[in-house]
Amino acid sequence: MTTYQEFIQQNEDRDGVRCSWNLWPSSRLEATRLVVPVSCLFTPLKERPDLPPVHYEPVLCSRANCKAVLNPLCQVDFRAKIWACNFCFQRNPFPPSYAGISEVNQPAELMPQFSTIEYIVQRGPPTPLIFLYVVDTCLEEEDLQALRESLQMSLSLLPPNALVGLITFGRMIQVHELSCEGIAKSYVFRGTKELTPKQIQEMLGLMKPGVSGPHGQPLAPHDAAASCRFLQPVQKVDMNLTDLLGELQRDPWPVPQGKRPLRSTGIALSIAVGLLEGTFPNTGARVMLFTGGPPTQGPGMVVGDELKTPIRSWHDIQKDNARHLKKATKYYEALANRAAVNGHSIDIYACALDQTGLLEMKCLSNLTGGHIVMGDSFNTSLFKQTFQRVFSKDYNGEFRMAFGGILEIKTSRELKVSGAIGPCVSLNSKGSCVSENELGVGGTCQWKICSLSPSTTLALYFEVVNQHNAPIPQGGRGAIQFVTQYQHSNMQKRIRVTTIARNWADAQSQIQHIEASFDQEAAAVLMARLGVFRAESEEGPDVLRWLDRQLIRLCQKFGQFNKDDPSSFRLSESLSLYPQFMFHLRRSPFLQVFNNSPDESSYYRHHFVCQDLTQSLIMIQPILYSYSFYGPPEPVLLDSSSILPDRILLMDTFFQLVIYHGETISQWRKARYQDMAEYENFKQLLQAPLDDAQEILQTRFPMPRYIDTEHGGSQARFLLSKVNPSQTHNNLYAWGQESGAPILTDDVSLQVFMDHLKKLAVSSSA
Amino acid sequence: MNVNQQPHMASPYGQPQSGYQGYQQTGYGNQHVPGGYPTPYAPYNGPASTYQPGPPQGYSPYASFSSKALATNLVSDLSSPSPLDLGMRGPPTSGPPPVSGTQAYSQFGQGDTQNGPPPMAALPSVSQQYTHGTMQLSGPQSSFNQPFGAPPTSMQQMTNQMSGMQIGSTVPSPAGPGYAPPTVSQASASAAYTPSAPSSFAPSSAVHSQPLPPDSVAQTAPQPFYGAPPTPPQPFPGAAPPFSAAGPAQPPAPPLGSQQSFSQAHPPSQPQFTSAPPPVSTASYGGPPPTTQASHPRAPPLTSQPSTFSGGPPPTSSPSQYPQPMPQQPPVSQPNPFHSGPPQPTTAAGFPPQGGPPLRVPHPGVQGPPMTSQGPPTSQTNHVAPPQPGMLPGPPPVNMAGPPAQPSMQGYPPQQNGAFGQVRGPQPGYVGQYPGQQSYVAQPPAQAPAPAPKRLDPDSIPSPQASDIPPVQKTRHRIDPDAIPSPIQVIEDDKLNKGNEPFVTGVRGQVPPLVTTKFQVKDQGNASPRFIRCTAYNMPCTSDMAKQSQVPLAAVIKPLATLPLDENGPYIVDHGESGPIRCNRCKAYMCPYMQFIEGGRRFQCGFCSCVTEVPPHYFQHLDHTGKRVDCYDRPELSMGSYEFLATVDYCKNNKIPQPPAFIFLIDVSYNAVKNGMVAIVCQELKTLLDYLPRENPNVASNIRVGFVTYNKVLHFYNVKASLAQPQMMVVSDVADMFVPLLDGFLVNVAESRVVIESLLDQIPDMFADTRETETVFGPVIQAGLEALKAADCAGKLFVFHSSLPIAEAPGKLKNREDKKLVGTDKEKSLFQAQVSFYSNLAKECVAQGCCVDLFLFPNQYVDVATLGVVPTSTGGSIYKYTYFQGQADQERFLNDLRKDVQKQMGFDAVMRVRTSTGIRPTDFFGSFYMSNTTDVELAGLDCDKTVTVEFKHDDKLSEETGALMQCAVLYTSCSGQRRLRVHNMAVNCCTQLADLYRNCETDTIINYFAKYAYRGVLNNPTKNVRDSLINQCAQILACYRKNCASPSSAGQLILPECMKLLPVYLNCVLKSDILHPGADISLDDRAYLRQLVSAMDVAESHAFFYPRLLPVHKLNVEGNALPVAVRDSEERLSKGGVYLLETGLNLFLWVGANAQQELLQNIFGAPAFSQIDPNMTSLPILDNPYSKRLREIIESFRAQRSRYMKLMVVKQEDKLELIFKHFLVEDKNNSGGASYVDFLCHMHKEIRQLLS
Repeated sequence: MTTYQEFIQQNEDRDGVRCSWNLWPSSRLEATRLVVPVSCLFTPLKERPDLPPVHYEPVLCSRANCKAVLNPLCQVDFRAKIWACNFCFQRNPFPPSYAGISEVNQPAELMPQFSTIEYIVQRGPPTPLIFLYVVDTCLEEEDLQALRESLQMSLSLLPPNALVGLITFGRMIQVHELSCEGIAKSYVFRGTKELTPKQIQEMLGLMKPGVSGPHGQPLAPHDAAASCRFLQPVQKVDMNLTDLLGELQRDPWPVPQGKRPLRSTGIALSIAVGLLEGTFPNTGARVMLFTGGPPTQGPGMVVGDELKTPIRSWHDIQKDNARHLKKATKYYEALANRAAVNGHSIDIYACALDQTGLLEMKCLSNLTGGHIVMGDSFNTSLFKQTFQRVFSKDYNGEFRMAFGGILEIKTSRELKVSGAIGPCVSLNSKGSCVSENELGVGGTCQWKICSLSPSTTLALYFEVVNQHNAPIPQGGRGAIQFVTQYQHSNMQKRIRVTTIARNWADAQSQIQHIEASFDQEAAAVLMARLGVFRAESEEGPDVLRWLDRQLIRLCQKFGQFNKDDPSSFRLSESLSLYPQFMFHLRRSPFLQVFNNSPDESSYYRHHFVCQDLTQSLIMIQPILYSYSFYGPPEPVLLDSSSILPDRILLMDTFFQLVIYHGETISQWRKARYQDMAEYENFKQLLQAPLDDAQEILQTRFPMPRYIDTEHGGSQARFLLSKVNPSQTHNNLYAWGQESGAPILTDDVSLQVFMDHLKKLAVSSSA
Repeated sequence: MNVNQQPHMASPYGQPQSGYQGYQQTGYGNQHVPGGYPTPYAPYNGPASTYQPGPPQGYSPYASFSSKALATNLVSDLSSPSPLDLGMRGPPTSGPPPVSGTQAYSQFGQGDTQNGPPPMAALPSVSQQYTHGTMQLSGPQSSFNQPFGAPPTSMQQMTNQMSGMQIGSTVPSPAGPGYAPPTVSQASASAAYTPSAPSSFAPSSAVHSQPLPPDSVAQTAPQPFYGAPPTPPQPFPGAAPPFSAAGPAQPPAPPLGSQQSFSQAHPPSQPQFTSAPPPVSTASYGGPPPTTQASHPRAPPLTSQPSTFSGGPPPTSSPSQYPQPMPQQPPVSQPNPFHSGPPQPTTAAGFPPQGGPPLRVPHPGVQGPPMTSQGPPTSQTNHVAPPQPGMLPGPPPVNMAGPPAQPSMQGYPPQQNGAFGQVRGPQPGYVGQYPGQQSYVAQPPAQAPAPAPKRLDPDSIPSPQASDIPPVQKTRHRIDPDAIPSPIQVIEDDKLNKGNEPFVTGVRGQVPPLVTTKFQVKDQGNASPRFIRCTAYNMPCTSDMAKQSQVPLAAVIKPLATLPLDENGPYIVDHGESGPIRCNRCKAYMCPYMQFIEGGRRFQCGFCSCVTEVPPHYFQHLDHTGKRVDCYDRPELSMGSYEFLATVDYCKNNKIPQPPAFIFLIDVSYNAVKNGMVAIVCQELKTLLDYLPRENPNVASNIRVGFVTYNKVLHFYNVKASLAQPQMMVVSDVADMFVPLLDGFLVNVAESRVVIESLLDQIPDMFADTRETETVFGPVIQAGLEALKAADCAGKLFVFHSSLPIAEAPGKLKNREDKKLVGTDKEKSLFQAQVSFYSNLAKECVAQGCCVDLFLFPNQYVDVATLGVVPTSTGGSIYKYTYFQGQADQERFLNDLRKDVQKQMGFDAVMRVRTSTGIRPTDFFGSFYMSNTTDVELAGLDCDKTVTVEFKHDDKLSEETGALMQCAVLYTSCSGQRRLRVHNMAVNCCTQLADLYRNCETDTIINYFAKYAYRGVLNNPTKNVRDSLINQCAQILACYRKNCASPSSAGQLILPECMKLLPVYLNCVLKSDILHPGADISLDDRAYLRQLVSAMDVAESHAFFYPRLLPVHKLNVEGNALPVAVRDSEERLSKGGVYLLETGLNLFLWVGANAQQELLQNIFGAPAFSQIDPNMTSLPILDNPYSKRLREIIESFRAQRSRYMKLMVVKQEDKLELIFKHFLVEDKNNSGGASYVDFLCHMHKEIRQLLS
């Protein structure tokens, strides 16, 4: 028998699923007592080089409200050519094409190693990918130039048959017609007037006069494709578009002293959404917004154009001083929902030194699975490379993006789905497996994920509905099936089906087993997502309090201790790291807004809720490597005590990559020892973290902010704010140890946190 | 070079026109020059000569010189080139300051000198510069200053010279000469100029040159380098696989490829611009003034003038006028009553020989039905013309038989001359003499006798030809059309009497020649009749009188009228930084009516009598007559029309205005493309843009241009010079119009020529396959308006539109054409706008100075009444080409378009009319907008736009001071200069109704009536409007009959001499399509004509209502003279003739069925009547004198009118003849309009009713 760790790893590799519990408590009551809900992280498009897709339709359960896909857990009667659905127990005959099956001749979907299987299906005509650039022209010339080049470069990265469109905006919005020769045409809209989708389509001439019925029904995509002059195959308009981008000028309207440029981001986006909505509904498309500042006019404006009124800060928001916040947020949400309904995703590339209104606009990406990239300038490698990476390809030479995903979940009867947290929207599909208790986006068993990447990960929460008095027979297994339909980047329609099963366990008798099956990493992330989800709507302190409460209850449930004796408190190995995760989570920018602008918070949270488990963990608790002459690089505690003069530290917080040279090292470096032949080893030491950082930089999306700093450097703050402040100005000498670097903070250290936790956990009054 | 040349306008004041005239003139000047003279001369002379004529005559009145004497002087001067004269002349005009002093004076002394060409090299140069400064903004300052510097000294010299001159010259009375142009004033003026000029101009020039640099900078800047970027590696390098490159450490492969390509793209275009401009400008600046001077713009006038003076006029006019008139003086024009009965001695006596009756044109007795046989219609009267002895015999005998008028004609002229002479020469003292009717008596008798016997009317005074009439009423026989007043006769008489010598405006209250007469005007203190015509030149002193007479008191003002080449436009006056000097109370501008008192320290306003201090810088001593010494040097003190340079206080928002812009908005919907309009417009614009109005013909126009096309949506075009290709920006949000771009929409033609041409080439192709049939209209104007707002300038929109705007948008219209409403009380609604949207829009346009010209190409109803609201409220024009066919109508459209684009015009204008206390302007008619009761706001005011102003009494006027009016128009010139044009007009006041009736102008009255009635139809049923017109007319005439005419039988119709054509013209108004529509006229046409007439001047309204009908077959190929026109009646057409009919809007060539073959061959190149193609739109170019002459005539007609007249060939009996007959206005028409004769009877009935 393998250990749980191996089991978990195996399951993750095969199915892209990490469950908080790998044994499920068999009753609702027990489940709620476990504190951490039965839930899982699911990566729908986990890269599986070893999984060749099959070229036929999945076999579905014939029961109308089930439609589960045939899977290895089904019981099959080979003789009768009948299979029993493991979710509804309906007995289904195999379709005629399966006539030849037998025990020795099984279709792939019946083999256990194919608990995850991908079907390629024929559904409708293939539609090309669509990329619609929405470009802010209120930029500094230098930025604009950089952006122009990036965009021109991107044309070469797009699949040749992809449709591409261009919208530019500043004070006004221009939708560029790409099919024309000679005169460059564009349709212009003013940036202050909200238009209905129908108006937009009419104004763009997308509706044929006769076709628009009373509902203003848009054209079928097929017709539209021919008639839409705004979206054209890259290969056809390559030159045209390159020229167009090359001639792109800064917004010509004068900006008076003391004013911000008028930027009509809101309308520009609504036009982009309206354009796609009218021409290519339910087709994979990316709207890519490149903006260099906050929207300053029209609906969706985030800040007025007076420079003397600064853009809202957390402080303003808490004081309810952010005038435009609610209106803008509502506006963008509506927009995001419209885009999501049609399966279009919206990316935001915001590069500016000040905030750009991500807080208000985040839902555009959050709900549609789009990317958010935040940088200081378009003229930085951070943006340039990140943007390039959007078009990266996988081992098959195919784009790491998929569109129009619909995730459907089927559960065994004892289980219902409460909700999902991730870059998705609810499709409001009520089914028998939908729980009434919502966690995250609930009330449905189907979600739309407009854009998927191999790392896109959803947190899914379940509820055990089995009543305590209706025990499940020993050895019973609960099953969950994830059916993900999506449009592959090569235009194929695919369905990926993952079916997992876990044993039921009686929590009263088998609590140790259940405890052992706890996946603390997954649980930490799952709980963190819940926390972040709450943080979006609740006050920060409430969320922290809730998190603390959950942690304490968990410790009470699984800790071994004597009442009221903190020192006796022990946690088993399977839970040992969990409190530490929670400690760092509390300090993380996902829950703390101090020192972060609202935009930054939104940015961090956005990425947190869509990255996979590994990345999420890094975000919660950054990784710290230490390089020294004393041995090979080693991971060290994320603790101030790790900051030593003769070390080089490499910290990866996902968003930042910090290389920190200890005091001595940095002195050596300044003395340029590395240039001397005899100190070749020092040179190598200096080089080592750089190489490692390089490796991370090359795979990470979005590209992290790369920081090379040293002891006493101003940038060192990135490191200092992350490490556990085990030494501060308060206790520096109390510890009696001279090593490490004191952190000037009043934050509690992990030690203090743990002490309190123990005290509360063992307290009888809690 | 360009710059320098122009400036020339010799005379200091002349500047304003230079732009215009200079244009054409240049050509002339050059030709002339050749003679060994330094070119400079030619030009100079011109101006000078024009000037001079004025002085002598004008002056005389004041001085109490006999006009005759002056005239002779003139002649002599001209003819005898005394060295002195020559010398004097030349200089003056050229009038450069330094020299000018002397010259000016010399002129002064001589008064009417000629153009002696003293070749003073220096002078010319000076003058140029001067103009330069003012006119062209760009002029270099340096050149400017020089000229001026000199002047100061000149003063003394001048005076010296003056005296010297006088002596030498003999004749001139001391006072006389005064007119000489600007001697002193020049100097001073120039001085004033310098300060202001530099400042104001400098900026503009700067603007010019500067633009380029910025561009280049901007563009180049970016390129520089990005290449040296910070640490971050550059991603692009192209090929680098996405992920591999990433590391910070990696050396960035510079994306050379892409960068370079960018940078290169721009450069090419830039260089051109940047480099280009400078050269030009420098060249122009640097160009030595001297050379430029050589060619004087003015040249042309010179040549022509001299000849006229020496040759024709003097001899004829002087002798005839003076001699005769003097003796006769007395008469007042009283009409002769007409009677059936025997001549009454009394009446005869009453009749003023002069003008009145005698002239009456109507002729002949020849035709006139003999009294005996046919009873002369009873009531008809005529105004009898005093028969001349010789003539009479002829006429009486036959009624109808004799060939009309001819015989009489010959005899006639002399008479009239005499008669007219007096009228015209309202010399000083005239008034006083008036009473002397008696003297008149003497004459009439002589004439009368003959007629008396035969005609029933003795008094009637039969004009020789005329027929005056057989007036027999009793018998009720048909009235002989020849017996009633004939417009042709009146016109011809006026030509004969007044066409030969200049009309000098100095005398208050004189009636100018008719609009149909060619004459020259000399401005000596009142505005030229080309600027202002009044209905009455003798206003009743009291409102009671005015009410009693019912004669409308109105002035028809055409503030920016184009003057003939031989007349100087208004001079520009600069009063310095404090702006024009004005009366403190009524704010009237300094003008000749201001009386200087207290030694010149203060002046009393002629309008409101308020006394105002003279600012120190304007102070000047008075001479012994109380005139300022510099009176004749300052246009504002000696002339009727002039312009002030406005200061910043007169500008909108107190900002110097930007140069205006022209925006072309072209309908590209299916209809517009299909009928060829789009292609034609685009093709034409390519060349037309080179002829945008400018003040200095040698400098590119400052006007910027922009282009928009539209159907249901609007397409704006970015034609920025730096672009390789124009860019189209579509705005489909027509509900809420805005301008999508700022930079690159309005551009300088020269800079963006390549891009613009590319655009104009592409537009027709782009929309060749359009299927869009719906159009918008309101948003189109809004777009133009917004563009002007964004650019913060005034301007003009040229909208080329094809169909009723039914697309969903503001200003959407529905088809409401309903002919059933015609004739009902609801008819008025057809003239009203369908929606109020456009009037609101018009208001906004006016506020921005956005003038809209609308070119319509409808295939069906487009609701002109509504679409026209904006053009007519903004001082714009409407042109309508129904069923436009590219080939056939192209010529007319293009000519209209060219004229319209090239027209001199002012932008963002405000006109205000101030009057003497006692009357005030109460009503205004024309294309404009008024936000209050006094200011006429015109977003655009072109040289054809006319405003009719009605005056009412609010107090008493005095006979001594007369009634004064001052029309001030504040506008922005096409170069962006803010100016004030001032026209002053003084008319007499009278306490006797007879004076009023003797000094009216019927054409002007008709102009007023038409406008009044045409506005009336907006609110009243047309029938009411007609009735009230008839009623008013009847009252006018009845009043005359009652108060002024000598007693006669009630059955006699007696018309005042000045108004004898009132009935016939009024009938034309009543029968016009607006007031009395035929079944075949569309509502659109009516609305179109209505709006058209409301801005017409007197000349055009005259032709419009009483078309000119020329018997072409009588054409004399040899001379310049036109055949005498015939009356607009079918009876007058001979089957063997060919007639040319001109309405001001159309030209018809009517070909009689029996026309001689030779004639047809000559004209059409067709051997027979049947082979004439009725569809031809232009005459074949045949090489025979007849064809040439005819085509010349047609061209000259076209040139006279503001719109191009399409030629239609109408063959007798052809179906087109119906249309043609519509214009034979003396006949009955199909829709029930009365014939002249019938109407006259009707009028008479009305009058009798009133009298009884």
